[in-house]
Amino acid sequence: MPTATRSPSRRAPELIFGDLWSFDPAPETADPKLKSRYELFINGRLVAPRGGRYFESINPATEQKLADIALAGPADVNAAYGAAARAFRTWGRLPGRERAKYLYRIARLLQDRAREFAVAETMDGGKPIKESRDFDVPMAAAHFFYHAGWADKLDYVAPGRRVAPLGVVGQVIPWNFPLLMCAWKLAPALAMGNCVVLKPAETTSITALKLAEIIADADLPPGVVNIVTGAGEVGAAVMNHPTPAKVAFTGSTEVGKIIMRSLAGTDKKMTMELGGKAANIIFEDAPLDQAVEGIVNGIFFNQGHVCCAGSRLLVHEPVADRVLARLKQRIRVLRVGDPLDKNTDIGAINSREQLAKIAALVRTGVREGAELYQPPCALPPRGFFFRPSVFSNVAMSHRIAREEIFGPVLSVLTFRTLEEAVEKANNTAYGLSAGVWTDKGSRILKMSTELKAGVVWANTYNKFDPTSPFGGYKESGFGREGGRQGLLDYCRLV
Amino acid sequence: MSRLPITKTPKVYVGGAFIRSESARVFPLADAAGRFFANIPQCTRKDLRNAVEAAAKAIPGWARRTPYNRGQILYRLGEMLEARAAEMADALLLGAASARARAAAQREVAATVDRLIYYAGWADKYEQVLGNVNPVAAPYFNFTVTEPMGVIGLLAPAQPALLGLVSLLAPAIVSGNTVVALASETAPYPAVLLGEMLATSDLPGGVVNLLTGFRKELVPTFATHTHLRAIGGVANADERKTLRLGAAASVKRTRLLKAEERIDWYGPHAASLEAIRETLEFKTTWHPIGA
Repeated sequence: MPTATRSPSRRAPELIFGDLWSFDPAPETADPKLKSRYELFINGRLVAPRGGRYFESINPATEQKLADIALAGPADVNAAYGAAARAFRTWGRLPGRERAKYLYRIARLLQDRAREFAVAETMDGGKPIKESRDFDVPMAAAHFFYHAGWADKLDYVAPGRRVAPLGVVGQVIPWNFPLLMCAWKLAPALAMGNCVVLKPAETTSITALKLAEIIADADLPPGVVNIVTGAGEVGAAVMNHPTPAKVAFTGSTEVGKIIMRSLAGTDKKMTMELGGKAANIIFEDAPLDQAVEGIVNGIFFNQGHVCCAGSRLLVHEPVADRVLARLKQRIRVLRVGDPLDKNTDIGAINSREQLAKIAALVRTGVREGAELYQPPCALPPRGFFFRPSVFSNVAMSHRIAREEIFGPVLSVLTFRTLEEAVEKANNTAYGLSAGVWTDKGSRILKMSTELKAGVVWANTYNKFDPTSPFGGYKESGFGREGGRQGLLDYCRLV
Repeated sequence: MSRLPITKTPKVYVGGAFIRSESARVFPLADAAGRFFANIPQCTRKDLRNAVEAAAKAIPGWARRTPYNRGQILYRLGEMLEARAAEMADALLLGAASARARAAAQREVAATVDRLIYYAGWADKYEQVLGNVNPVAAPYFNFTVTEPMGVIGLLAPAQPALLGLVSLLAPAIVSGNTVVALASETAPYPAVLLGEMLATSDLPGGVVNLLTGFRKELVPTFATHTHLRAIGGVANADERKTLRLGAAASVKRTRLLKAEERIDWYGPHAASLEAIRETLEFKTTWHPIGA
C-alpha cells in the first residue's frame, strides 16, 4: 500500500496555530494573603530586625513590590541561634512520637492552605501557577508528612546503630523552589530532633515566612525553627556562626566552595546540594514523542531554574534530526508569560540579575558558534522573561555545554555509541542527575551503572518524592535529601 | 419533663455499609452495672463469607493506592478517633463510673490513636527497610520488594477491645491488605463505634470489615475459608489448633498470639515493623544489565 506509507524525507504533519487562535486568559485568583511587611521569625515570634532595616521583595513577572522583608543583622542571627540552642534542650529529648505529631500538623496545615501558598509562591518567584499548585506546595506538604513518620522510627535508619540529633543546624536555601526547599531542609532536621536556623534566598522569602505562620499555628515549641532573611551576608553569618553542629546548603557550586573554605577550620558537619549540568540521553529506540516531552520538562520546568535540569541533550545520531525537529515544533507551542495564568508553561525568570546572566551565556553560545533556535513567541512588556532556547551544533568545549546556565536554555549534542554517550555525560565537574531514554531495560540499567550522577531518571525526568534520596556526585555536592539516606545526614551515631 | 434519649442500634461495618447479621440474630450486651445496653449482631458463617467477598473486592483499589495516600488515610482515621476520643472512652466504659476505669479507657483510646499514627508513618517506609537490592554475582539487577498478601482474617482479643483490634488491623491494611476482623466477644461495642469512624476516614469500603458475634461459631470458618490468605490475632489453644488445621488445607499463614498468656498491648514491642511484615509476601525480580 504505497499510499499509506510516508516517505521518510517528508515532514510529519503539524498543527499550525499561527496567530489565528489564542487562549483566553485563565488567571488563578485565589488570595495569597500577603502582608505588606514580613518580620524575622525567632523564638516562635515575629520580631523586627534589630537594625530596623528592610528590603523589597518584588514580583519578577511585573517588577512590582510585593512586601518589605526584614533584613537580619549579626545580632538577629545570634538571637536566632540562641533560641535554637535553648529549644534543643527539650526538643531533642522529646519522644519521637510527639515530635512526629508537630510535623504531621505542619503537613496538614500546609495542605489546608495549599492554593494560597501556591499563588504566593508564583507571585514571589515567577514560576507558573500550574507548577507551584501541582508540584511545589503538595510536595512540600508530602515532605513534612513523610518525615513526620520517621520521627518515631529512627531505630531503623542506621542498621545496628542508634542515632541521635546533632543539635542546632544552620540552613541556607535557594530561590528556585523556595517553599519546597524549606520543607526538604526542615522536615528531616526536625524529625531527627535538631533545631534550625534557616535563611531563605533574598528574592523569595515570602513563602518561608508564611510557613512560619503555620509553624506557629502548629504550636511548635519556640526556637525549634527560626527564620532569618536577607542576602549573602546573612547567609554567611548563618553558615559561619559558632553554634550550629552542622550546616546545610543548597545553591551554586561557587558559593558551596566558599562555605567549605570558610568552615575548613571547624569540625562542623556539612551537606552541599550544588549545581548541575545534567545529560539527558536519547537513544534511537526511545519512544520519541515521550522523550520530547521529557526533554521539554527536563529543561523548561521552572524556567530551567533547576539544579538537576536536563540542560545537555545527548541524542543518538540516527534520530538526532528527528528529535531536534520535533523539539522545535514542540517548543513553538509553549506558552511563555503571566505565571499566574493556569495555561502558562514558562513563567518569569526569578530576578533581573539571573536574566542578565542567562542572556550573557546565550550570547556566548552564539559567539562560540552554536546554532540558536528560539520560537517567535511574544513576551510580556514588563517583567523578566526569556524565550525557551535550544542550541544545536554544540561542542563539549562550549561554555553553554559546561557551565550551569540555570535558565530555559538547552544545548544539543550527539553521540554514536553508548560508550560515547557515557563519556560525554560524565565529562563534567558536576554529577547531580542524568536522564536516559530507551526501550531497553538492560540498557537503562547499564547506563545507570555507568553514569556518575546521584539521580538517574529513565524514560522520565524531574521526578521527585520524599521517599527518594536526592543529591549529587562530584562538584554537585554531597549528602542526600529524602529517603532513609537523607535522615543520616542529620544525625550522629551513638 | 426530661427528654427521653434515642438509643443507637449497633450495626456492624461490612463492605462500607452498616448491616445487621443476615441471620437477624442478636445477643444482648449489658453495661457496667449489668443493665441492658443494646443488642449486638450475632454474625454467622454466611456473614463472614460475605465479608471476605467484600474484602476481596476492595483489594485491587486499596493496594493500588500510593503508599502516601494509604498513610494519609490511616492518619485521617487517627484524626477521627482523637476528635471522638470521649465518645470512644464511653464506649469502652459502658457506664463504669470509677475514676480509675475512666483513666484506663482514656489511656486505651490515646494509645490507639498513637498506634494508628505510628502505622500511618510506616506506609511509605516499610518497603525502604524490608525490601532491598541483592548483589547477585552476575550482571543482573536483582531486587526484592514486598506485596500485600490479600484478605487477612483477624481475631481481636477480649481485652483491650479497642487497642487490641486496632493493633491488629492497622499493620495489616497499611500495606494494601484488606481485613475481616472479629471483634471482642465480651466487649464488642467499641468495634461498632470504630466502624463509624472508619466510614468517615476516607478509607474505601471493604478494606476493613468488622464482625461481632461468637468465636465458637466463627473461628472454624476463619480457619477453612480459602480466600483468607492469613489469620492473625489472639486465640486460645483449641482455637489455634483449629485455625492451623484449617490453614494447612490452603497453606494459609497464621500468626497467633496466645490468649492464655499476658500480652502487653502497651509495651515497646506492641507496635512494630514485624507486624507489617507478617502480612507481606516478598517478590524478587531479575533483570539483565547490559547495552
